[in-house]
Amino acid sequence: MMTGAEILVDALKREGVDTVFGYPGGVILSIFDVLFRTPEIRLVLTRHEQAAAHAADGYARATGRTGVCLVTSGPGATNTITGLANAKLDSVPLVLISGQVRTEAIGSDAFQETDMAGLTRPICKHSYLVQRVEDLPQIIRNSFHIARSGRPGPVALDLPVDVAMAVLDSYAYPEKPDLPSYQPPGRGSAGQIRKLASAIRKAERPVVLAGGGIVSAGACDELTRFLEKTNIPVATTLMGLGSVSDRNGLFLGMPGMHGRVSANNALMECDLLIGLGTRFDDRVTGVLDTFAAKAVICHVDIDPSEIGKNLRTQIPIVGDVKSVLKDLLEAVEPRPPDGWNRAVREWAERHPIGYAQDPDGEILPQFVIERVGRWAPDDAVIATDVGQHQMWAALYVRHRRPRAFLSSGGMGTMGFGLPAAMGASLGCPGRTVAVISGDGSIQMNIQELATCTLNRIPVKIIVLNNSCLGMIRQWQELFYNGNFSKICLKERPECRASCTGHRPDCPNAFWPDFVRLAEANGMPGLRASRPAEVDDVLERGFETDGPVLMEFHVRKAENVFPMVPGGKPINHILLGGGIDP
Amino acid sequence: MTEERTLMITVANRVAVLARIAGLLSSRGYNIESIIGWRTEDPDVYQIHLVTRGTDEQIEQISKQIQKLIDTIKVVDISHDKNSIIYEFALIKIRAHKNRSEILDLAAVFGAKVVDATRTHVSIDLSGPTQRIDRFLDLMKPFGIKEYIRSGHIAITA
Repeated sequence: MMTGAEILVDALKREGVDTVFGYPGGVILSIFDVLFRTPEIRLVLTRHEQAAAHAADGYARATGRTGVCLVTSGPGATNTITGLANAKLDSVPLVLISGQVRTEAIGSDAFQETDMAGLTRPICKHSYLVQRVEDLPQIIRNSFHIARSGRPGPVALDLPVDVAMAVLDSYAYPEKPDLPSYQPPGRGSAGQIRKLASAIRKAERPVVLAGGGIVSAGACDELTRFLEKTNIPVATTLMGLGSVSDRNGLFLGMPGMHGRVSANNALMECDLLIGLGTRFDDRVTGVLDTFAAKAVICHVDIDPSEIGKNLRTQIPIVGDVKSVLKDLLEAVEPRPPDGWNRAVREWAERHPIGYAQDPDGEILPQFVIERVGRWAPDDAVIATDVGQHQMWAALYVRHRRPRAFLSSGGMGTMGFGLPAAMGASLGCPGRTVAVISGDGSIQMNIQELATCTLNRIPVKIIVLNNSCLGMIRQWQELFYNGNFSKICLKERPECRASCTGHRPDCPNAFWPDFVRLAEANGMPGLRASRPAEVDDVLERGFETDGPVLMEFHVRKAENVFPMVPGGKPINHILLGGGIDP
Repeated sequence: MTEERTLMITVANRVAVLARIAGLLSSRGYNIESIIGWRTEDPDVYQIHLVTRGTDEQIEQISKQIQKLIDTIKVVDISHDKNSIIYEFALIKIRAHKNRSEILDLAAVFGAKVVDATRTHVSIDLSGPTQRIDRFLDLMKPFGIKEYIRSGHIAITA
């Protein structure tokens, strides 16, 4: 005899779950009660349910396993919505278990009742409302299978309190999922793969665009072998960073709105574009009708609905990109490097990314990020938040291995970084995990400082404090005539509308005091205000055993370049000093 | 070119499956012109016929999105299938005082059945292709249509 709650916890163990991120509440208590007696599963109490969802997401991104989040009904459940949508857009395997009011009370607007199955439908890969305890084992089995198979994604499982407390006489965890209508694609069509091999033979200017699908499929080695055999230059999207080492001579970096000139030019000029596990997002393509206009497009994706969604595709291949690359490696002929490789290299050499740090001036955020590479171990996991620092991190962090750069790509969720780093740290004990954040983003889940301290989660928190919402400031400077509307995070009612945000007489030039915030939460806080202090703070920070917050007072008026303005082709690039196609 | 399209969707008979399909179309910016669903002879299988508007590319995309739902078994676009029969059912209530016999004559021409009559109205049951129902409704307009109900597309393949 087992209760629904006991069945759930047993099922989690059988699914290999070792860590659950959650927050208790009325209708989920029976499960917290069972977990109280289950030492095999570590239950981490975050300070907000949104952070629990992001932590489960970060755990999943860093480990490749399925993240699990456990919350109560109503506000507990709705607080995870951003986390679920975030995981959906970046195809992260996650299972949310939310409590629900008693089955007979559903629909009566009971205390803390929300239609979670309905709310999660458009932002999850699938959702369940468990109506009978008899269905629970199979639903859990199905949920984990759906979350991690095919194109991964979040699954929401809503569990009414009476189902969790109901007793089942006999219970056996199902060996197989029962999903006759769900069959994720496997191998790609042999004919289509031959077609691609022949297109590669004929192509003069081929380019590979590798996305997050390469990482999800565990296909990084296959990709590297394919690139080495064919010498095709490769750009990786934000989600694909780390799938190819940035030391690989074929690596062009990230393309798109804040992409490198060489990557963008290569995509615009190529005559064969091979998209692998990528969805041709608008931040990558810019205006669609000019994107890769001269190219034959081949698109490999496990999700058939991605093919042809944004881009006309001549060679569609539906399948698991790992197996497609294996088959392709057999079918394709070696291709020596040629003039195209030289042309692409030249773009890279002519347009390196860079900044000029004045040793006596303000600290530049790019400088801090580049120096993180000096002090963080080689296998460190770096999470980011969203904004300017995120793009600088994409450009200046070393990308040597997959699952080591965790960033909210599709959803662009400020507040993702710190909880995601917590999840990664718990999932990868022994590895250094850092989060690069800004003063805007970090304050969206700042309450998790306490979670880090109390649970001894040794996250190295880097706050690039420019005292404003930098990316918004950049857009207002470039596209809204410098009308800085609500970007200053220290603005008060008495501030003048004419303030450009650069007044030296502004009181509390940097605010809040993150060092004191860190200390109030029981972790050391370090600060650098001058370039000469940057290395010292990073060295001490990365040598600290537990969690630590490093605050850097950085230049406010710094903009992210390269930049392609929205609605422009991606070779229409602002480099900070004009347009250079 | 945007045109009306009829999709035959076979899904697992699960809670809220109709809401999933309808929600998917609205969240992707498609309008549903009509939707009708029923449980088939297999109690685990549910059938939905829906009409939406779109270009070839849009219909292909929405079909793939519907196919992607965990509970979807099959999606078929039968709009251009010559062997499919696409029908609608309509119940039409018409004012009938003096022109009763004229109405009944026209109904007979269309093969419609009178299912009810009062001193002031007749109610007619008509089935057939959409255009046929449109034409009949047009003809009845001058007499005064009190109300009518249309089923939306239902279809059967050859």
